[in-house]
Amino acid sequence: MQLTETLRARRAEKDILLMTHLVLGYPSLAVNREVVRQMVDNGVDCIELQIPFSEPVADGPVILKANQEAISHGLKVRECLEFAAEMAATHKIPFLFMTYYNILFKYGVEKFFKKAKEIGIQGFIVPDLPPEEGEEYLNLAKKYGIAPVMIFAPTSTDMRMRELAGYGEGLVYCVARRGVTGAQTTFDAAFHDYLAHCRAATNLPLAVGFGIASKADVEVLKGKADMAVIGTATIRLVEGKGPEAVGPFIAGLR
Amino acid sequence: MIKPGYYGQWGGAFIPEILYETFRELNATFARCQADKTFWQEYVELMSTYSCRPTPLTYAENLSRHFGGAQIFIKREDLNHTGAHKANNVMGQGLLVKRMGKKRVIAETGAGQHGVATATMAAKFGFACTIYMGEEDVQRQRPNVFWMEKLGATVVPVTSGSRTLKDAINEAFRDWVANMDTTHYVMGTVCGPHPFPAMVAWFQSIIGIEARKQIMQHFGKLPARVYACVGGGSNAMGIFQGFLDDREVELIGVEAGGKGIATKQHAARLASPDASPGVAQGYKTMFLQDSDGQMCDTHSVAAGLDYIGVSPILTDLWEKGRVRFAAATDAEVMAALDLTIKQEGIIPALESAHAFVHAFKEAGSLSKDEAIIINQSGRGDKDIFTIAHAFDDPSWKAFIREKGKQYAAD
Repeated sequence: MQLTETLRARRAEKDILLMTHLVLGYPSLAVNREVVRQMVDNGVDCIELQIPFSEPVADGPVILKANQEAISHGLKVRECLEFAAEMAATHKIPFLFMTYYNILFKYGVEKFFKKAKEIGIQGFIVPDLPPEEGEEYLNLAKKYGIAPVMIFAPTSTDMRMRELAGYGEGLVYCVARRGVTGAQTTFDAAFHDYLAHCRAATNLPLAVGFGIASKADVEVLKGKADMAVIGTATIRLVEGKGPEAVGPFIAGLR
Repeated sequence: MIKPGYYGQWGGAFIPEILYETFRELNATFARCQADKTFWQEYVELMSTYSCRPTPLTYAENLSRHFGGAQIFIKREDLNHTGAHKANNVMGQGLLVKRMGKKRVIAETGAGQHGVATATMAAKFGFACTIYMGEEDVQRQRPNVFWMEKLGATVVPVTSGSRTLKDAINEAFRDWVANMDTTHYVMGTVCGPHPFPAMVAWFQSIIGIEARKQIMQHFGKLPARVYACVGGGSNAMGIFQGFLDDREVELIGVEAGGKGIATKQHAARLASPDASPGVAQGYKTMFLQDSDGQMCDTHSVAAGLDYIGVSPILTDLWEKGRVRFAAATDAEVMAALDLTIKQEGIIPALESAHAFVHAFKEAGSLSKDEAIIINQSGRGDKDIFTIAHAFDDPSWKAFIREKGKQYAAD
């Protein structure tokens, strides 16, 4: 799949890749546009665009608030798709959609895949859709050549990881710890052991997210994972210091 | 073949990967408990000694005469310990938690009844307890917050989203994904990911089992109709299960009509044309949502009915035509409440009063040799602030003003 190949090629040239994340429409699409530009200019390898949902159960307070504010400002899924099309046409890195299943379900799952393919989106991350509920989703992912990103968790057994890996494409998103997005992660022996189990379960690029916020955090992942995912940290940065702070922050991560 | 956890096309388990193992364990424990006859015996024994089971079926003689039609019977879930049917589910899940060896329970609550019941169970079984409650509901149901805290629970007001039941559920899930090793989430209703709808329906089935036996004893034949209010749907599923196989018994679920269906300020998922199929909070059902799939704000005078979704089991029964749905407005609820208090000396919860509204609308059109049962899911005296406010009661207001003055002077 296109996403897997792109990430592998990039990984051959760097010791760790960076994936960043933003919540569309928060604080506004105009600010999102500037943030994406700064991320790309500073060497980000892949970007997750989160389409807001009113009930984001896997997200912590910062991303939850971002979701709810974007929706209360009247952001529509249609605008998210238009914005994503513009980003994918402007920047030469892979863009993924992260959202909750109801957004696809309500849009029409096949219609959503078709649209995403049309505008150049390369993968989906849907945290509330386990493969057991995703038969249609997984079939459509194959049909449209969009990577259905699987998620590993510290609670996943080896058997479960191998099973998930069989459904996945593009990359595997390894949730670094229990809990929701945005809290601190401790990189202890158990964490390294967990990453070793993830590595053993799949050949797909491993992305690690949840609580990755600094150069030191990214450094820890070198040699153990292929990509660091920065989520809440940049949202906090934009809230505190504005979009122009994103470029230097990204540049300083590796 | 239907997948496990599905009721027709509704239900499922849309859970994040982090909870996969937790649900595997929960499903296995639940299956073991269902297969173990002594588990149900232990549950019934607990409910008859710690709560007030079997709860009575009261013949409402005065109301029956008032409407001049069907004989009206009221199933008294308000007489459970902690004042509502919520105790059934909570004590059952408490026994399950003991078997799993977990030490902490969390729960969402709307009206506060499920929170109080969970805090009570936690106190009895020695579990730590955290209750998530929408900030708006904390305001509406202060007396329940007081009791939860006295029972040793931590009550966390939820300030995100619409600050009601759905947001409390989201926060409880966020706690669970961090603490699942020690913690069980005591889901309060027949919603959420499988096995919760099945599990909560199982514990609540005790209502219907009793009610069917009681109506046969008191009336000698099955009722023509059974009425229950529907928020998530646990009391309705509880009583309906006693009559599901009796095709001649019509089952009616009554949702919150709020300020009227036309105003959009309601919580009628199945009795209005406003809901559509969706997937949220771990399950597939009919949700009040917009065309993008964003959940809407709902409204009801009764916090326990103020919810975007409805049990997947009920949605299936609705789709198959087995359960009929209606809505009662806030104003109709107050009138039915007033009448029930004056005629029978019984104070239904605002939630339960929704079922009374519809039963009262239809009782007169049935013949005197027929019976209907209304499920009184909870008692209304805990709603004293809301009910007194809704009645705009002058002497109550004077009392509160005076009390406020006293506290201000302290």
